Amino acid sequence: MALEVNGKSIAVDEEGYLENRDDWNMDIAKAIAKEEGLDMTDAHWEVVNFLREYYDEYQIAPAVRVLTKSIGKKLGKDKGNSKYLYELFPYGPAKQACKIAGLPKPTGCV
Amino acid sequence: MAKATFDTPELKPHQEVVDLPTVKPGTMHHLKTFPAKPVHNESIGYPGELVDDWQDKAVQRLGELVEGSKALRVFLDTCVKCGACTDKCHYFLGTQDPNNMPVARQDLLRSVYRRYFTFAGKHFPKLVGAKDFDKPMLDDWYNYFHQCSQCRRCSVFCPYGIDTAEISMAAREVMDSIGVGQKYCNEILGKVHKVGNNLGLPEPALVDTLEGLEEDVEEDTGVLVRFPVDQKGADVLLITPSADFFAEPHIDGLIGYGKVFHQAGISWTLSSYASEAANFSMFIGSADNLKKTAMRIREAALELGVKRIIVGECGHAWRVAYSFWNTLIGPFDFLDPKYPVPQHIVEFTYDLIQRGALELDKEANDHRRITFHDSCNVARASRMGNIPGGQFILPREVIKAAANNFFDMAPDTIHEKTFCCGGGGGLLTDDLMELRVKGAMPRMQALKQVVEENDVNTLVAICAICKTQFAKVLPYYQFDSHMITSLHEVVGDAIQLGAKE
Repeated sequence: MALEVNGKSIAVDEEGYLENRDDWNMDIAKAIAKEEGLDMTDAHWEVVNFLREYYDEYQIAPAVRVLTKSIGKKLGKDKGNSKYLYELFPYGPAKQACKIAGLPKPTGCV
Repeated sequence: MAKATFDTPELKPHQEVVDLPTVKPGTMHHLKTFPAKPVHNESIGYPGELVDDWQDKAVQRLGELVEGSKALRVFLDTCVKCGACTDKCHYFLGTQDPNNMPVARQDLLRSVYRRYFTFAGKHFPKLVGAKDFDKPMLDDWYNYFHQCSQCRRCSVFCPYGIDTAEISMAAREVMDSIGVGQKYCNEILGKVHKVGNNLGLPEPALVDTLEGLEEDVEEDTGVLVRFPVDQKGADVLLITPSADFFAEPHIDGLIGYGKVFHQAGISWTLSSYASEAANFSMFIGSADNLKKTAMRIREAALELGVKRIIVGECGHAWRVAYSFWNTLIGPFDFLDPKYPVPQHIVEFTYDLIQRGALELDKEANDHRRITFHDSCNVARASRMGNIPGGQFILPREVIKAAANNFFDMAPDTIHEKTFCCGGGGGLLTDDLMELRVKGAMPRMQALKQVVEENDVNTLVAICAICKTQFAKVLPYYQFDSHMITSLHEVVGDAIQLGAKE
């Protein structure tokens, strides 16, 4: 399967996650977000960028709790909760935001 | 994410169990879970893709399984088609597809067994309903053996005690052996072998997550509660599902375990090498992977020099631990014989409560009106404590010791007759969401009744799969996804930290 972005074909899996993390760029993120029915705002980018930084350091996406805490520290306590993240990413920050960030889908009982 | 393309079953008002549905053949025939990629199959010792002589190989593997398990042979030989199981499966009740009647699902394998391994089936196949293992049959196996959560509710009602889960497990093992694996289970098992847990959570991320939890709990309570990793010489090794490090509401349960250990003053540790209780090898019927996955736990226990092993809130892990560990990775002669091997975290907390070692403030849970979902593998495949039915009694007693408002769901939907959450047995994957939502219907019906009659607002479970499944499907039935709560979150909220210091 593939996603067409700027005339280039990007390999994705059955659910639209990037096959190769290195393919990622902001245009691809916007294209994936569009498929998800989301418009990328600064608030969305804040989460996506954090996910990518965390992944670079730990080779995995952060736990929801780690994510909310970090967002709370950066953007204020009223935004450091999963309700805020679900407003941005209705299908779930872990799965939907990971997809847009070009990270693999978290596996297991999650 | 694409919107749901199926209808959520309707719940009836003020009714505890679901009606017998009309049959709608083929309604779930389209549902095919994502196949594993070659790399997933190969990572757990199977051929990457469909092998050339797959029919012969499959029949050969089935023969080996039947030869190796007298139980499986008896389950295949003894069914008399009495029909007692037909309306006991949550997937049949929720989907109305007759192939989801346990007897019909089993017959997909039984008819093949009969064709190749019985006299009548070899010589007069049509007379005895024996069928060739051809491509349409393989496709039906793939679709419908991935619509069984191996919950064994049907087995409770089978007059011969046929264990349907064993048949589903055998079917998946036969398919894996010819290179037809399921992505969800096989990818995850590969990660366990490589990283040590289903998530693929490496040690630095685990340590970072747990340090964050220590900060959070200290901020909330003013008390430093430790969440130690790889601490040699600790008394207890806690083996818990990796979802407890990652997902909601699981992680609140982990905080609860930490508070229990803290107040009891018992030293404990997690292991970064064996950072997973789950063992999906059981779901795919793979004896080799079952042992290999479990062995990490023995190795970690020896390496860390612990005296006890306690298992966190994970349904099928408790079955593997309670029923299989001793054979797979025993003997446990290096552990302290004063304690059960293994011990469930609920059993551990229950004993502490009995001894007065925990200071619990029930009123801290007064905002909760609680019901308890028995997880299938705990309910029907294991026990807890030293009393018959302990697996039903102990969790309820722990909840009642920590909270004032508890209400059970209808008797035909709890204890050994509990309905599966709809996501067990390796089906907790988004590509099976239609099945998961429909299969949750009988449990949701029973929940609706206690919501209507007792204002229940909290659904407690002790299984990582159940918790994730409910968090996802509750909204389809107009319930709040936050109803689902870890048992040890309820306990943790009642623990008065500092009271015993």
